[in-house]
Amino acid sequence: MEKFTTHTGIGVPLRQSNVDTDQIIPAVYLKRITRTGFEDALFAAWRKDESFILNQAPFRSGSVLVAGPDFGTGSSREHAVWALKDYGFKAVLSSRFADIFRGNSGKQGLLAAEVAQDDIELIWKVLENNPGAEVKVDLVSKTVECGNVVAPFEIDDYTRWRLLEGLDDIGLTLQHEEDITAFEATRPSFKPKTLPAKS
Amino acid sequence: MGKTLAEKVWDAHVVRKGDGEGANAQPDLLFIDLHLVHEVTSPQAFEGLRLTGRKLRRPDLTIATEDHNTPTLDIDKPIADLTSRTQIETLRANCKEFGVRLHSLGDKEQGIVHVVGPQLGLTQPGMTVVCGDSHTSTHGAFGALAMGIGTSEVEHVMATQTLSLKPFKTMAINVEGTLRPGVTAKDIILAVIAKIGTGGGQGYVLEYRGSAIRSLSMDARMTICNMSIEAGARAGMVAPDQTTYDYMHGRPHAPEGAEWDAAVEYWNTLHTDADAAFDAEVDLDADTLEPFVTWGTNPGQGVSLSAKVPSPEDFGDENAKAAAERALQYMGLEAGTPMKDIRVDTVFLGSCTNSRIEDLRTAADIIRGRQKDPNVRMLVVPGSARVRLEAEAEGLDKVFKDFGAEWRFAGCSMCLGMNPDQLEPGERCASTSNRNFEGRQGKGGRTHLVSPVVAAATAIRGTLSSPSDLESASAGTLTGIAV
Repeated sequence: MEKFTTHTGIGVPLRQSNVDTDQIIPAVYLKRITRTGFEDALFAAWRKDESFILNQAPFRSGSVLVAGPDFGTGSSREHAVWALKDYGFKAVLSSRFADIFRGNSGKQGLLAAEVAQDDIELIWKVLENNPGAEVKVDLVSKTVECGNVVAPFEIDDYTRWRLLEGLDDIGLTLQHEEDITAFEATRPSFKPKTLPAKS
Repeated sequence: MGKTLAEKVWDAHVVRKGDGEGANAQPDLLFIDLHLVHEVTSPQAFEGLRLTGRKLRRPDLTIATEDHNTPTLDIDKPIADLTSRTQIETLRANCKEFGVRLHSLGDKEQGIVHVVGPQLGLTQPGMTVVCGDSHTSTHGAFGALAMGIGTSEVEHVMATQTLSLKPFKTMAINVEGTLRPGVTAKDIILAVIAKIGTGGGQGYVLEYRGSAIRSLSMDARMTICNMSIEAGARAGMVAPDQTTYDYMHGRPHAPEGAEWDAAVEYWNTLHTDADAAFDAEVDLDADTLEPFVTWGTNPGQGVSLSAKVPSPEDFGDENAKAAAERALQYMGLEAGTPMKDIRVDTVFLGSCTNSRIEDLRTAADIIRGRQKDPNVRMLVVPGSARVRLEAEAEGLDKVFKDFGAEWRFAGCSMCLGMNPDQLEPGERCASTSNRNFEGRQGKGGRTHLVSPVVAAATAIRGTLSSPSDLESASAGTLTGIAV
């Protein structure tokens, strides 16, 4: 995973709450078996509407999405994160993220920064009054800057550390393989196994 | 101080405690007892193993089935949609390469992954269960800690049989009282979500408790736990009891003999201690609950079926107001319209929420001997091939077909329309599934989430209806549907 320290890019104000992962990427795009190439699928239904924010210059080239509360709800599809990344987004700001979406983001190096809704409102105003304004997201100091707005954001320390270092989760866990093996030896015999199959 | 059910199951699976305390604590490493796999969220994870030269650590704790893409008609023919077919074939090749047990289309154990696990007896109390699907919360009905994960985590579980997780907070959902006839588990969970909102459970494991929950069957408990994710909670649980054991006993992978006794002894410890404290509690009164239905485009936008479509002005919060306005426009509804005046085009009975044998039985009890509204099409999609066979053995297929409904093969089907079962733009559906998101059941489709008995009554009248709206001829059957 690439390291993430700071990013500065055009902010996209998405004035909407409850942006579920079916909106971020509709199910029809989930049939692919690759992990990349989902940029066309991002917000596919909404992008058919010319007035949608990503169809307007300069937001089209945005890389920091500033959304309403409860972003990424619903389906666990990590394709939502892949689509945001493939399109060019490096960070999403919201006052509340769905758990699974936030977890998926952390695994893929997309920064999900939890910003208070009052600050989101201020950033929306700056971005709407100055289309193309940039948002700076600083993971070291845990702050976002946009115009005259400077706001703190929340992210759990473990995810922050992994993003700053660009660490691979599986590699980290396999450092504790002996612990896993020891645990497996204590698993009660009444617990089921899928093999051999019984029916 | 005592522990909650969720804490007990968590603690029993800690391979390695994370360093640090409080807000700065590192995640714990938890052992995963059962990994369920399907074709949509696994191909990139298998590919990740191949690219890094890693093995699947525990094929014997992994099981796969085909469900999201599978057609519900002509299952003996090659899948017409080429990308769907490729995804299914990729799963088959991956399972063969990595030694994973797979139940393919046409196999009697094939079906929706969350129906298959419990019916095989692989889902048991006190286990940790994961799957690359948010509705994995279903398995919490057995007192398991079960949660949906993303594809990176699927790969992590494949490689290590563990997950790194930060402890959740716990929330008790207390449902006391007795459900009235025609009111079901689906109405309980829709009411819970409307009460706490789509983000209300975020960061929590929900535990459903109280006399109304205790009197529910396992199929009904699964319906409730299934939709925990729609309240933002990653997992929902019900403490195991005799109902759980009766359901499990004799299932293919349930323990037997002395192993069964040892298991029950352990399972009996899986309840929240009297002196344990939840981080939050929510109460719901079962006695006054009515059939519930959604009017908007997220599962929290629901009301009693006897209510009217709300107005955006009813919401104090600006975001909720804007969301309501947008939802009404998408749904083509006007504020103030009685919900029961809303006419539907399609009724979908199926999905991992409501496709089990009891769901089919209760719906069949409503429609038996009645006629479907001729303008409504009704799809009945059993959750698994086994449920379909069981229903056919009871003659339920004939009840549905005589009524004019389509009797299909098992799969996720119209819940998310990855297969050909989709709504047309503007088409309105009363659906027993779990998500009423924009375009969820097909581009431009409009979804009202309902229980199986409301779905059945709606198919008869053509408008959103509860069983009590039917003529008195049904009075005899009504008493039989309190679940």
